[in-house]
Amino acid sequence: MKQFDYVRPATVAEAVAAAAQPGATYLAAGTNLLDLMKGGVSRPDRLVDVTHLEGLDRIERLADGSLRIGALVSNADLAHDAGFAKSYPAVAEALLSGASAQLRNAATVGGNLLQRTRCAYFYDTASRCNKREAGSGCDARDGENRTHAVLGWSKSCIATNPSDFCVPLVALDAIVEIEGKSGRREITLDELHRLPGNTPERESALEPCDLIVAVRLPPAARGFAAHARYLKVRERTSYAFAIVSAAAALRIENGKIAEARLALGGVAAKPWRARAAEDVLKGVAPTADAFREAAWRALTDAKPSGDNAYKIELARRIVVRALTLAAAGTPARIPALPASPFASTSGAIHA
Amino acid sequence: MNHSISLTVNGARRDFVLDDPRVTLLDLLRERLHLTGTKKGCDRGQCGACTILVDGKRINSCLALAVSHDGADILTIEGVARGDQLHPVQAAFIAHDGFQCGFCTPGQIMSAIGMMQEAQAGNDPERIRECMSGNLCRCGAYAGIVDAVLEAQAGADESNQRRSA
Repeated sequence: MKQFDYVRPATVAEAVAAAAQPGATYLAAGTNLLDLMKGGVSRPDRLVDVTHLEGLDRIERLADGSLRIGALVSNADLAHDAGFAKSYPAVAEALLSGASAQLRNAATVGGNLLQRTRCAYFYDTASRCNKREAGSGCDARDGENRTHAVLGWSKSCIATNPSDFCVPLVALDAIVEIEGKSGRREITLDELHRLPGNTPERESALEPCDLIVAVRLPPAARGFAAHARYLKVRERTSYAFAIVSAAAALRIENGKIAEARLALGGVAAKPWRARAAEDVLKGVAPTADAFREAAWRALTDAKPSGDNAYKIELARRIVVRALTLAAAGTPARIPALPASPFASTSGAIHA
Repeated sequence: MNHSISLTVNGARRDFVLDDPRVTLLDLLRERLHLTGTKKGCDRGQCGACTILVDGKRINSCLALAVSHDGADILTIEGVARGDQLHPVQAAFIAHDGFQCGFCTPGQIMSAIGMMQEAQAGNDPERIRECMSGNLCRCGAYAGIVDAVLEAQAGADESNQRRSA
């Protein structure tokens, strides 16, 4: 690991100032960053440790019905907060389907939003990677790429965003609060992650010194609590990244879908909101035909980036299954195997 | 630049001067305190052999910078027995052959202790398997590990009932 300078600011303002030095990066739990530093993938000159900052570890219900989650709340504390899991069950299920219990105890909300891709060529410093080193090329294009992107990819980069947490969050219109050089601002989570285009090294809309201080769920996000699920296909049932995942949330009134929310994970460089699919579900009965139509719409623009055409059909089926399970109703308790399509209690049949 | 930190390790306060901020909690425990029960398996947060409790919560000590944990309360495998009296989870691992080569065992036991405190799995074997998935065992002693955790959980439930009766 390259040598670095370590600073521990006492306030958010001090942190933002300390991050102004070139080569500086923020350190939260470090569950992703330290791993990348050990492999020589990330080589910061300075770590600005934000873990001791006051006031960023709270979950607050705001007067307008929003929920504000401090950036330093751990993934485990958020998922196990009884009020949170009841109001936003698909988010809690997604959190519990990610990583291991040890990692969830450490990893933070803000850090989860900024975790880096798990593309093996990004991790391997002997490989060419436009994301790690702009303009160097992409060895994933002709390499082992069966888990890579099928939506929004470019010739420069076919990596996927590995977050589970972000998938239901983007479906629920989450907002990201950012403290930067010119003060506080906010953007939607959908705007946070960028598609690669010709600049895959620029992964987010964050500017130098920007620090994520909170994530907010707007009042409407609570309206989906009765019909919300997250489903995730992975190569083993626990402690693995998604090959394809889907968050489905429905508001059902008088037997019809008043509003649908759908997002996919593991398919693109960002959590993929499927608005065209949501539109076809609005106002119709929650039937298998409607869900198949929605799944078709969600993947209309998908194309393989390598040996991964199977992911398109897999994604369609996971969408149908997630919508079917959501329509059946949120389970009273998160299943023993969170987000698993193979859970014995899922009650679903193969789509 | 040197960094001074204090930790409570297995109940005793320890002060350190770090001349390098790159030291992980795992390396600090093993190299500075010679507490080698906490194992370095993958050193990348994938195997769980380095699991310890920090402020009562299980984490991977290989992915934690010591300098960032100034003031933390740390429990390692060396601190769980009371003299010659094994921790109930340790005793259960022996009773159920919850290991073969033993390399992953300290991490498995610390993870099980942390898991029982989290109180999410109860006595459901499927939930226990899920909640222990961050600890790999290359000998494949998983069946014994789950049985050991079930027994330790049953013992904890019984003593809780006795206490509340």
